Amino acid sequence: MLADKDRIFTNLYGQHDWRLAGAKTRGDWDGTKDILAKGRDAIINEMKASGLRGRGGAGFSTGVKWSFMPKEVGARPHFLVVNADEGEPGTCKDREIIRHDPHKLIEGCLIAGFAVGAHAAYIYIRGEFFREAERLQTAIDEARAAGLLGANACGSGWDFEVYVHRGMGAYVCGEESALIESLEGKKGQPRLKPPFPAGVGLYGCPTTVNNVESIAVGPTIMRRGATWFSSFGRQNNSGTKLFCISGHVNKPCNVEESMSIPLKELIEKHAGGVRGGWDNLLAVIPGGSSVPMITKEICENVLMDFDALREVRSGLGTAAVIVMDKSTDVVRAITRLSKFYKHESCGQCTPCREGTGWMWRMMERLAEGNATIDEIALLEEVTKQVEGNTICALADAAAWPIQGLIRHFRPELERRVIARQSGGRAA
Amino acid sequence: MSMHREEPASFAFSSDNEARAKAIIAKYPAGRQQSAVMPLLDLAQRQIGGWLPRIAMDYVADYLGMPPIKVYEVANFYTMYNVKPVGKNHVQVCTNLPCWLRGSDQVVHACKKTLGIGLGETTKDGQFTLSEVECAGACVNAPVVAINDDYYEDLDEATITRVLEALKRGESPKSGPQNGRLNSAPLGGPTTLKGGA
Repeated sequence: MLADKDRIFTNLYGQHDWRLAGAKTRGDWDGTKDILAKGRDAIINEMKASGLRGRGGAGFSTGVKWSFMPKEVGARPHFLVVNADEGEPGTCKDREIIRHDPHKLIEGCLIAGFAVGAHAAYIYIRGEFFREAERLQTAIDEARAAGLLGANACGSGWDFEVYVHRGMGAYVCGEESALIESLEGKKGQPRLKPPFPAGVGLYGCPTTVNNVESIAVGPTIMRRGATWFSSFGRQNNSGTKLFCISGHVNKPCNVEESMSIPLKELIEKHAGGVRGGWDNLLAVIPGGSSVPMITKEICENVLMDFDALREVRSGLGTAAVIVMDKSTDVVRAITRLSKFYKHESCGQCTPCREGTGWMWRMMERLAEGNATIDEIALLEEVTKQVEGNTICALADAAAWPIQGLIRHFRPELERRVIARQSGGRAA
Repeated sequence: MSMHREEPASFAFSSDNEARAKAIIAKYPAGRQQSAVMPLLDLAQRQIGGWLPRIAMDYVADYLGMPPIKVYEVANFYTMYNVKPVGKNHVQVCTNLPCWLRGSDQVVHACKKTLGIGLGETTKDGQFTLSEVECAGACVNAPVVAINDDYYEDLDEATITRVLEALKRGESPKSGPQNGRLNSAPLGGPTTLKGGA
């Protein structure tokens, strides 16, 4: 188990003062000027060496992403955009950073912003997090009043401002180019890529978009070093990570742990175990609603990291672990996710706009057994036609949970169809 | 867009909101004031009491120099803009998977029973609107209900009923976890970070 001294988010549960004075006692804003004095290249190289992979779900190297920004700032200013549009079902970690450790995020904005040549950061926070946005603004105001932000931030010679922008309820705005569109005052519909944001982002300017957690761990990595951070987790999966454990566990919670912790250990040590005991486990969605579920058999030994979960045809995603015990109607569970993706499709691409609705209606029928056996294969085929054929990954995210269900629970789907055909009760 | 019966005849920002609007626009680069459309629509919605009549959208369009259709698009794309009136307390029940696994069906049932309305409906006295919403982003504190700007967490039939009854009496029930736990720490106490600051 990770030791408390190696935890980054030491106020995860809000047990201490979140304001500037309290944050400083926990080490925030310590020697920020010296970190910036190392220069852009040194910061980016340290982040690359730390092995930090983006904490928003895709898992792309944060340091490499920063290096995509133009070396010199030309006529177009550079921007840092922080994705705080947390809304992937199961995921509730960025909320804790924002309301209990806001200064880690704000200091991280300054370091990341400086590293990518930006003088301004916009934090795009989901609209429902109203109290969290209020608190974040208060923390920004405190930092500004203390000279940590604004002109000559921290005495570094670098001018830097952080602005909060509230979303208003659209899951798709968690996709970086939709988020940029939304920030520009439009409907949040994803853009075609290329060009990527590092070339043409906010207001047509070079832009880096990072998840809250990726930005908030930056200052600690810079203070304690890449070697320290990369000492946790397996090769290529390094660091500490916030895990959200929800669903059928005795004690749902958020916790910071080492990457590559065994899933079983995570659930049993921190979440009080599966309701009714480990043997009552049916399946787990290990990385937020978009990734395929894994069965108990896989859960016995799987490690919680990018590569281990990919090997079992799922994903770490946001590290949001949704636990389902044997009382779960697993077909209904996935049907609920299908309804969600249908609701959140922005309507721009035909395979997604039409496909998410079609898949949801088919799932509703399968949940009742009101289908033919052939239609299970048809549904699977449709998920594969939707996948990879749209501008953004929302359609993939709608397809994968259904593929996981069919992969692991086809007999249950068939049982319902047969039960209904023979006049019995399906579910 | 259809006009609503309660459509007010005119709209303008209050002087407080006028100042807020100017501060919001100043957050964006010169010439990029369209970025302020979402926060300004939110200001207008709050001033009106929870919904956005077309006249307010037109006002914001004029305020930012945007074609009105662009503002209507935004107002209709994002679910937190209400294009028809809602009750004084907008009760928004999350029924997505993590909440459903922990009993959001019972929470919905309790809301319907206590308020005497169905999903998407408003009480006759205009005090409550009941809505089903997608993931609130507080999944380890499921089931979750957002009422206006506050989250009520770790709910069951009894606790959501207590919260709603308190609101009916005009009280302000305490938000956050309703089962005595500290935020998102495990019930009964954390397994980590047990020491001091």
